[in-house]
Amino acid sequence: MSGAASAGLSEQQARAPMPVPSGADAALARTDPHKLLMGFFISSESFFFLSLIVTYITFHGATGPQAKDVLDVPLTGLFSIALFASSGTLYLAERGMHRGNRAQLRLWLLVTIALGAIFIAGQAYEYHHLIDEGVTISSGLFGTTFFTLTGFHGLHVIIGLVALSILAALTFAGDFDEGNEMPLTTAGLYWHFVDAVWVVVFSVVYLWTLVS
Amino acid sequence: MTVELTGQEGLRPRARTPGDVLLLRWLATVDHKQIGIMYLMGAVFFFLIGGVEALLIRIQLAQPNATVLSPEVYNQIFTMHGTTMIFLAVMPLLAGFVNYFVPLMIGANDMAFPRLNAFSLWLFIFGGLLLNFSFLTGHAPDIGWFAYAPLTEQPYALSNGVNYWILGPLVASVGTILTALNVIVTILTMRAPGMTLTKVPLFVWMSLGQAILIIYAFPPLTASQAMLLLDRELGAHFFDPAAGGSPVLWQHLFWFFGHPEVYIMILPAWGMISELIPVFSRKPIFGYPFVAASTVAIVFLSMTVWAHHMFAVGMGDLADGFFAAASFSIAVPTGVKVWNWIFTMIGGRLRFTTSMLFAIGFIAMFVMGGLTGVMVAVVPFDQQVTDTYFLVAHFHYVLFGGSLLAILAGAYYWFPKMTGRLLDERLGKWHFWTTLIGFNMTFFPMHILGIIGMPRRVYTYPNLPGWGEINLFETLGTFLLTISVLIFLWNLWHSLRNGEVAGDDPWDAWTLEWATTSPPPPHNFDHVPPVRSRRPLWDLKHPEDPDWRHGE
Repeated sequence: MSGAASAGLSEQQARAPMPVPSGADAALARTDPHKLLMGFFISSESFFFLSLIVTYITFHGATGPQAKDVLDVPLTGLFSIALFASSGTLYLAERGMHRGNRAQLRLWLLVTIALGAIFIAGQAYEYHHLIDEGVTISSGLFGTTFFTLTGFHGLHVIIGLVALSILAALTFAGDFDEGNEMPLTTAGLYWHFVDAVWVVVFSVVYLWTLVS
Repeated sequence: MTVELTGQEGLRPRARTPGDVLLLRWLATVDHKQIGIMYLMGAVFFFLIGGVEALLIRIQLAQPNATVLSPEVYNQIFTMHGTTMIFLAVMPLLAGFVNYFVPLMIGANDMAFPRLNAFSLWLFIFGGLLLNFSFLTGHAPDIGWFAYAPLTEQPYALSNGVNYWILGPLVASVGTILTALNVIVTILTMRAPGMTLTKVPLFVWMSLGQAILIIYAFPPLTASQAMLLLDRELGAHFFDPAAGGSPVLWQHLFWFFGHPEVYIMILPAWGMISELIPVFSRKPIFGYPFVAASTVAIVFLSMTVWAHHMFAVGMGDLADGFFAAASFSIAVPTGVKVWNWIFTMIGGRLRFTTSMLFAIGFIAMFVMGGLTGVMVAVVPFDQQVTDTYFLVAHFHYVLFGGSLLAILAGAYYWFPKMTGRLLDERLGKWHFWTTLIGFNMTFFPMHILGIIGMPRRVYTYPNLPGWGEINLFETLGTFLLTISVLIFLWNLWHSLRNGEVAGDDPWDAWTLEWATTSPPPPHNFDHVPPVRSRRPLWDLKHPEDPDWRHGE
């Protein structure tokens, strides 16, 4: 049978119509595999965060009052604005890249990194303050769920900062001058995701204390 | 292979490169076929460890009041048996076949991300070694493969065994998730021209379904394992009832992973069956759209049934009823597939190769496991048999009678493609019958033992009427299974060296992996045949009556 398989095309085979991709097949043919990989990765990550968020909510009856007492919502809100804004600045950086405007790309990439760093600094300050007041991961259920959820999110922000810093260094080395937009848009997907997770975490952990 | 002369005799040999050293060529590879084979070899290695553990369990249980293993060691052995077979044997066996054959079957030259693929493989190997390293520390995990809290918490489990149970599978799981992402992107973006999503082989469909389940089922496991580690090492209180934590939360998070995991371990196995039954029946698969669509249904439904593992917890009638109903409904798309396979065989010209025998054995055993699965989804019945040997019988019929028999069918089917030689059919038939008989001797009586009340996970039992005899019979079955494994290993070894040369397409099959040499060259295809139907090689071999003319 191998003869038939490797014999190549008969005349009739060569004339037969090839199916034309349509619908999902056509859309997939246009998709960058790297972006697709990142898209599925962050959807997988969302189930990780979902588990932590559901866990936080499960214990809210026991931990809500303490959250209300010890969390400084306006201050964390300020740091959160920095993180939310960083999604916008990253968008500006990507737009600079699209237009081939290297200065705009570099400037907004650095601003994005700075905003992310401000958020992490704010989280460090908040942790320090809470630990001073005796709220730790082992002090009770609030500490357990709070530090785990916000800690894993902070870890993701730090990983994003590392990725963006590498990209920024490469930008200054002239790596994206040739129009290879894939690395930044892919890392950008991750960054926007980490940002979006914080929208949920900030609502569940901080804003919930204002309504209950 | 180590040194090649560059010019005439007597000239200095050229410098050795890593590619010259056989071992390094394997260790440093990013080729999906070599990675697939290493997955299979690693899985067989861990399978043998898990098998020896099973044998120890059966030897201890052969007689009442036996003292071969102490209770402490027994707990470690059954925990390691379950954890090893699930994370380090069945899943990587499937990963090996998925890695090897998905790119070939879609006409691609590799996975979408070859280096990521190699990284996943090594995470599996090191995760497996890390878990088994716990034996050397003197205290392997002894908490059962689903590690219920609070027995896993510090005051109750002071040794490091639980930490190894967390970290070993966690490392391997990260590799599993990365492979799944890789498989998804490969299938979605690297199909040969003309191979639309409605024309991919069913093994590829099922591998896609499996990968999608993996990326959503594993993160909750990772999260709950991280929480458990925080509980144990940093004094957190997630699952510690004394501080207000919730052991039931562990069960929800674990089974949200744990039930899709069952389908993760069977979907590509179904895919193998869906490939080889048509080839050995000389007919196209009956109802391709139904097989594919029922896979999608299972992917969704399997995420809604997890708490049927928790009927004994006391969740209340509403929750019990919901999860029982969801569990019944998942039997429908599963049953659809069984009918598809049977109707493919009806009216076909059946060829009873060893591979086909394993496939038929699979259908019979899997239906048994499926039926007991529906039984334990009935809440009152489940409350009677929960944590008895009936459960052990049920999931071994699904996992061993299901997944493993299908994997063996796939092994006989694809071994020629991977090695260029056929497995010996005479040894294969011995292998099949010893497996089937040994398996049923070992596991069928467990149904009875469970119903008459023998609990699982007890290291010994009193001399109650019938218990000793049934257990002894089961242990004899395990010895037969041991012989069957030895026959298979001998067959692998013997056929690899002396087996009949297979040629490119020994089964006269229809999917793209048979359109290249056995084993395939590093780049897989010199040219990929045109794909205009689900059976591109049929079209090539039968230009007078191609499938695409029938509108498939």
